[in-house]
Amino acid sequence: MKRIVTATVINQSGVLNRITGLMTKRQFNIESITVGHTETEGVSKMTFVVNVDGDGKIEQLIKQLNKQIDVLKVSDITDQAIVVRELALIKVISNAQIRSEISGIIEPFRASIIDVSRESITVQVTGDSEKIEAIIDLLRPYGIKEMVRTGITAFPRGSQKSVTDIKQYSILN
Amino acid sequence: MRAKAKPEAEAVTAEMTGAEVLIHSLKKENVEVLFGYPGGAVLPIYDALYRSPIKHILSKHEQGSIHAAEGYARVSGKPGVVIATSGPGATNLVTGITDAMMDSLPLVIFTGQVASTVIGTDAFQEADIMGITAPITKHNYQVRDVQDLPRIIKEAFHIATTGRPGPVLVDIPKDVANKTISPDYDSTIHLPGYQPTFSPNILQIKKLADAVGQAKKPVILAGAGILHANAGKELLTFTEKHKIPVVNTLLGLGSYPGQHPLFLGMGGMHGTYTANMALYECDLLISIGARFDDRLTGNLAHFAKNAVVAHIDVDPAEIGKNVPTQIPIVSDAREALRKLVDVDSETPDTEEWRNQLTENSKNYPLWKKTNTGEFLPQQVVELVHEYTKGDAIITTDVGQHQMWAAQYYAFTDANRWVTSGGLGTMGFGFPAAVGAQLAFPDQTVVALTGDGGFQMTLQELSTLQELNLPVKVVIMNNHTLGMVRQWQEAFYEERYSHSLLPVQPDFVKLGEAYGIKSYKVETQEEARVVFEEAFSHRDPVLIDCRVSGKENVYPMIAPGKGLHQMIGVKP
Repeated sequence: MKRIVTATVINQSGVLNRITGLMTKRQFNIESITVGHTETEGVSKMTFVVNVDGDGKIEQLIKQLNKQIDVLKVSDITDQAIVVRELALIKVISNAQIRSEISGIIEPFRASIIDVSRESITVQVTGDSEKIEAIIDLLRPYGIKEMVRTGITAFPRGSQKSVTDIKQYSILN
Repeated sequence: MRAKAKPEAEAVTAEMTGAEVLIHSLKKENVEVLFGYPGGAVLPIYDALYRSPIKHILSKHEQGSIHAAEGYARVSGKPGVVIATSGPGATNLVTGITDAMMDSLPLVIFTGQVASTVIGTDAFQEADIMGITAPITKHNYQVRDVQDLPRIIKEAFHIATTGRPGPVLVDIPKDVANKTISPDYDSTIHLPGYQPTFSPNILQIKKLADAVGQAKKPVILAGAGILHANAGKELLTFTEKHKIPVVNTLLGLGSYPGQHPLFLGMGGMHGTYTANMALYECDLLISIGARFDDRLTGNLAHFAKNAVVAHIDVDPAEIGKNVPTQIPIVSDAREALRKLVDVDSETPDTEEWRNQLTENSKNYPLWKKTNTGEFLPQQVVELVHEYTKGDAIITTDVGQHQMWAAQYYAFTDANRWVTSGGLGTMGFGFPAAVGAQLAFPDQTVVALTGDGGFQMTLQELSTLQELNLPVKVVIMNNHTLGMVRQWQEAFYEERYSHSLLPVQPDFVKLGEAYGIKSYKVETQEEARVVFEEAFSHRDPVLIDCRVSGKENVYPMIAPGKGLHQMIGVKP
């Protein structure tokens, strides 16, 4: 099963190496990983999507991450009400004739065209993973020349109380 | 000619080089002995050491330094401190660092590094020791700014010695060691991500006390955590109060008196029948400072399957890792045991259970064939026990001799047993004995080793000679890599692939080449004469004991089998 795990870490050199090394050693499969600064100087946040076999495995992963000296906090936020975003850049084969057609397709996704050349356009889209999968499916028939995805970054919503159906907020269940 | 010594910097406000800061910090940490080997990148550090009163033990190979530091740490409880140069010096430490990580030994390791300006250029003697040691250290640092050095050293010692102990490495580029600063020793430790739990949750303690009161077949599995926490006395009090039998792990030997009526022996692959059946049949298993290694549990499907499992460990990641645990207690072993003794609880009626276990011990004791007339390796251990009155510090490598030492030495006191448990390192025992002897110069220290393992680190004979350390090296020489041979006999239809060692050096001449009194013994009678002499004086000795090469370690649990499926329980 896929789990979203966040780790708040002290921004020391080598911390990413220690964490990914730990995951390799304990045979955890990382689907995606994002790292960036937080509101506190010197503190970064990592968001992993990992594929694990069971609850015991994810508990072990969290405990092992917590053991790292530079790790401040680890949470499995999969089952919480969370805000999740991922960004994708998609270069689609497109001549002048079909440019507007593509433009029409991506408009409901609130995606934007950020680069245009004679043979292609580049679409930028942000959202949860399902939304990104959906736009990729629609663009694929035109021919995707190149694509990159950032992997998700996430944190819990400001209020957990008002959520009645967690599922609609969580992308991975 | 000794160069004129520069007066030692006394005032901490004075200008100092990074190397001098390091030595000064070591003094502040009360480090009495360093284990090391010099080289290019640590020249500044060795220059500072030249003017320092701290004792430095020059090994003959960096692996010798780090195993000695492990031996020192294991018996003294103090951190073992190691210095090695960059590149090959640092990579030669890797086995020892891993060994210390697996067996939770507090080490602080300083490695030299090439100058900051050339890091990453594949410079001469450059190795990415930070990357190499990330998975085998509790933590590691590379010092980028010499001003951070006092704080980093404080943190390194703090991390190595608190919580679950482990090795911490500090990598110091040569230019950092050379740079002059006014050090700030008042900088405080700042480790917001490292807050090890020390005291147990009292509700969990009560839960365990209730479980103890209701148990009919309780057993305690006592591991090295008891020794690290210095909790032997508390364990004895608790078990005697409630009459709970005790099994030791390999590394926990000595944490409970070996002759005590509640003691069942060591558990696991070559443990006693009684210990293993107790773990198999118990209805309450209290594991304290042990981590359910596969060599202890056997096949997990059969392990303590009818038991409520309580696990006391200072490392939360060990709880529930291998064995599902109903009563988890994150705590220092001594703190938890003190609270357990204090809390009101019923004493279970364990008489029937204890009678059953006593019966097992009577019917299935450890055994060996004594009628063949051969000199048996087990007899070597018994003789060492006899001539050291069971009070020596015993160090071993891994394999048959290690198991026989564990089975037959009957440790009665804490911190007498130094063995490579988790990593199973050949060549560990002899250098570890050097370190143990330095920690306790007046103790009898015996390096019980095999003919295979001894040849991996025998260069340290030179260190014995130089320091005239009274270590007694006892080689249980069966002309084989015994455990490999045993497995080939049992599981590979006696195809002894590269496990027989018919050609050997003359160990007596070898010892004599290092100026060490050396003997060869081929019978028990010869051994008695030599042991009598060897244990009567304070000089180093090497004894080549020619023992039977066909002995196997029994009883045994074959890989993949459960604790109740022991073989070789009876002759």
